[in-house]
Amino acid sequence: MSLTSTMTDSGQIVTVNAERIDAAIAIQFKEDMRTETESGAARVILDLSEVEFIDSSGLGAIVAAMKQLGSSRKLDLAGLSPMVDKVFRLTRMDTVFDLYASLSEATAVNNT
Amino acid sequence: MDLKAQLAQIENLMVDSFAFSFLATELDARSGVGSVVERLRIMGLPESRADDVQIALSEAVNNVVEHAYANATPGNVSIGCNLDAEQLWISIRDAGLPLPKESLAVGKPADLSGPREDLPEGGFGWFLIRELTSDIKYERDNGNNRLSLCFDVSKSCV
Repeated sequence: MSLTSTMTDSGQIVTVNAERIDAAIAIQFKEDMRTETESGAARVILDLSEVEFIDSSGLGAIVAAMKQLGSSRKLDLAGLSPMVDKVFRLTRMDTVFDLYASLSEATAVNNT
Repeated sequence: MDLKAQLAQIENLMVDSFAFSFLATELDARSGVGSVVERLRIMGLPESRADDVQIALSEAVNNVVEHAYANATPGNVSIGCNLDAEQLWISIRDAGLPLPKESLAVGKPADLSGPREDLPEGGFGWFLIRELTSDIKYERDNGNNRLSLCFDVSKSCV
């Protein structure tokens, strides 16, 4: 699992450098997210632009990553591919997260 | 219509089928499902349907890896596909543990109403499978599981 991170005025951007978040890497993803978000930014934007596929384990890992931020911090999702978007909408997780079609749309919103 | 065109038309109406088998590990499941979906695309499965198949089939195969062969040496998962103009049937066979109570899970939507710390981190798999398929069958026979998933591929459903 490879995550890279940038601090911006609209929050911390964590980019997933992988084509999939699935059962094979879900636990690793959750742990890497914990390390990556230790800095404590109030808003974390998870950039999923490179991710083409997610399964229920990957979805669970993103929910876990959001929960481990605690109640005062926010996890937004950006750059959802059609298949990733479909999984979030079918499971109604689009009602839990703020979803942005692209990273630029997410950073244009400054809701830290 | 000449004979060649007639034959081509008959061929289009015929069922296209294939079978594929791989070891029930997370990584083999990943590439195995990928191969099945790629082959279905080549056989003419519409792109949006191929996405649905990839999501549902991944969940079904992950269940085999995580539950059917839990605490055992991973055995084989065999995938069989039958595609015609109306429907795609995919069967997933394994020799692992049966489904709980030897019956299909209901697959209720996850409860998202509670506070953030109570949000579910799992249990989405069967719900996704049920949402994306038009029919599901399960048989337990001679120590083997056979789960069959049906996808509508007629134009009105694409």
